[in-house]
Amino acid sequence: MQVSLSIWAMQAFNGLSNFCVLLLMALGLAIIFGQMGVINMAHGEFLTIGAYTTYLLSQISERWAPWLLDWYFLIAIALAFVLAGGLGLAIEHFLVRRLYQRPLDTLLATWGLSLIMQQAFRSTFGAREVSATLPGWLMGSLKPTSSIDIPINGLFVMALTVVLTGVVFFGLSYTRFGIQVRATMQNRAMAGAAGINTPRVDRLTFAFGCGLAGIAGAAFTTIGSTGPTAGSSYIVDTFLVVVFGGAQSLVGTIASAFSIAQTQATTEFFMTGSMAKVLTLSAVILILMMRPQGLFALKVRR
Amino acid sequence: MYTPLPRTMFPVRFALLLLAFAGALSGCQSAKGSTEKTSSPSAGGPAAGPALAISESEVVVGQLHSATGTMAISETGSIQAERLAIDQINESGGILHRKIKIVQEDGASDWPTFAEKAKKLLVQDHVTSVFGCWTSASRKAVLPVFEKENGLLYYPTFYEGLEQSKNVIYTGQEATQQILAGLDWLQKTKNAKTFFLIGSDYIWPRTSNKIARKHIENVLHGTVLGEEYYPLGHTQFGSLINKIKAQKPDAVYAIVVGGSNVSFYKQLKAAGVTAENQTLLTISVTEDELLGIGGENMVGFYAAMKYFQSLDNDNNKKFVEAFKAKYGAKSVIGDVTQAAYLGPWLWKAAVEKANSFEVDKVVEASPGIELKTAPEGYVKIHQNHHLWSRLRIGQAQTDGQYKVLYESDLIEPNPFPKGYQ
Repeated sequence: MQVSLSIWAMQAFNGLSNFCVLLLMALGLAIIFGQMGVINMAHGEFLTIGAYTTYLLSQISERWAPWLLDWYFLIAIALAFVLAGGLGLAIEHFLVRRLYQRPLDTLLATWGLSLIMQQAFRSTFGAREVSATLPGWLMGSLKPTSSIDIPINGLFVMALTVVLTGVVFFGLSYTRFGIQVRATMQNRAMAGAAGINTPRVDRLTFAFGCGLAGIAGAAFTTIGSTGPTAGSSYIVDTFLVVVFGGAQSLVGTIASAFSIAQTQATTEFFMTGSMAKVLTLSAVILILMMRPQGLFALKVRR
Repeated sequence: MYTPLPRTMFPVRFALLLLAFAGALSGCQSAKGSTEKTSSPSAGGPAAGPALAISESEVVVGQLHSATGTMAISETGSIQAERLAIDQINESGGILHRKIKIVQEDGASDWPTFAEKAKKLLVQDHVTSVFGCWTSASRKAVLPVFEKENGLLYYPTFYEGLEQSKNVIYTGQEATQQILAGLDWLQKTKNAKTFFLIGSDYIWPRTSNKIARKHIENVLHGTVLGEEYYPLGHTQFGSLINKIKAQKPDAVYAIVVGGSNVSFYKQLKAAGVTAENQTLLTISVTEDELLGIGGENMVGFYAAMKYFQSLDNDNNKKFVEAFKAKYGAKSVIGDVTQAAYLGPWLWKAAVEKANSFEVDKVVEASPGIELKTAPEGYVKIHQNHHLWSRLRIGQAQTDGQYKVLYESDLIEPNPFPKGYQ
């Protein structure tokens, strides 16, 4: 195969773009699972909420506000955060908070929740996949030279990921609320004794994680499908990234998304897609066998 | 020294467990997967004789599709089309002076459930025939049940071939009908000499691409530059698209299914691969899928099917009108939906020819049955239980419909093609 320089350039971009997609998926879960230790099997369905929000908004603006068509997508992202986060808040209150001491039961409960949500999507929007009309400026490609095409939706997802990761990282590290979150997750009793309202922190953290999933779902309408089970196609990869990175470390999540995406993209180019997946997953299993705590583990005395 | 287990171990283990769990699950959800189920041992006695559910005024048939689960996306259209056909038959006086009553069961996208429900329909409800299944995996799961209990199944999906049963009538196309004429067309009109084959990783795309490769190499004397498979549900096609760009094939031949389809075509467009600079022919995107992909993402690419909603003939106009009247003006009709619609009509014709509902007699009467009222035009049941049918090439339009560019002669079904295996 003759591979020109421009193919290499596009392939490099492709690896980066895969990395951002993985990271964006995993960001919400890195908080819910990584920080809180809640195994949320319904995480994919919060992504789906974001996707359907985008679809609904595109339908609405197509019918009643055509002038909005170019920019509704940005509103959809905000709305997806609010809706998914709001639902997350309710679910934490009615379901998850009763199960904090029973992680395996959370797994079952959220698994059931994901099935309920999938069927709810199916009953509301129909079983068929739908497609949001995306703004034209999102779907084209940049051409720095005549033979290189850089997809704009990839750039967009990339920018969004950088911004969100920055927000999460800064938020957790420096804001008052972020410090409260980390304190609560590391030592609940002590944090409570120091005057932190830990149930409130739990609730908001969970809602924030779900909201991030909503944003990811909205962004993924540019690259993937919108259907009742669309979210479940992301869930395996999402957990993989968080677990591989080391559950409690945000840096770990970033490093893990990067290494998985780059391995996948590189191997994919030189062998068939299925073999590339086999190779990537085997490497992950091997590394987890040697480092069960993941790439980066938080060093805390217990 | 006592070393407590680090707390972080627990989530890791749980997560691994659930990963394995989810992986196994997505495996069994694979559309048209290859899992072949053997029949479960029968609890009811030996294949009882013709104790069929027929009264003076009524005859009972079964309907067995996935109304829930991941396959509901595809099977909903088939359920609707079969109901429409049965309603129309009832309105026009029924079948041998009896109205058709439907017992509907839900296979729930789960192959063992399909086998169980098939058994229930045949043994408990004594249905005279069943319209159902969509994926090859579900068909393989119910096949032993139908053969043992001597039932009759009308199966609507285009599929990989390599099967023929006394107890099944295949109303969709088998692989050679869908593939060969399409490739010939590519060579003739697009002057395609080099091809790139793409598929989702399971039996149907692999078998179909195998046939395509043999035809390209042995009959068309072209070259296959690459053959690539991606797992079901795969969403990142960037590397594949770069490979296509590097190889520059005259034509891409795509058999990607399910949600992956949407990612594939959206990313093709975003990477600047459009109909203007690349010829692409697919056999897996009907109007149903095009709805999810968005016409603007696939505009100009070609699909090879036996039926498109836009077919211009009187039968089809009536069919589309009736379908929309019943299920809403926005509903779309894909290839399989139309094939499902044929089932009840073919059954009616065979029953009337045999003057009996008995499965053996209906099966015996079936070969040679013609349907001149089919929306796709004209079909005829072959000795091998598949249909003679035409192949059409459609070009995707922004409104989610196909424009029909080419129509073949009637093609003889050949589920066991020599030289292609």
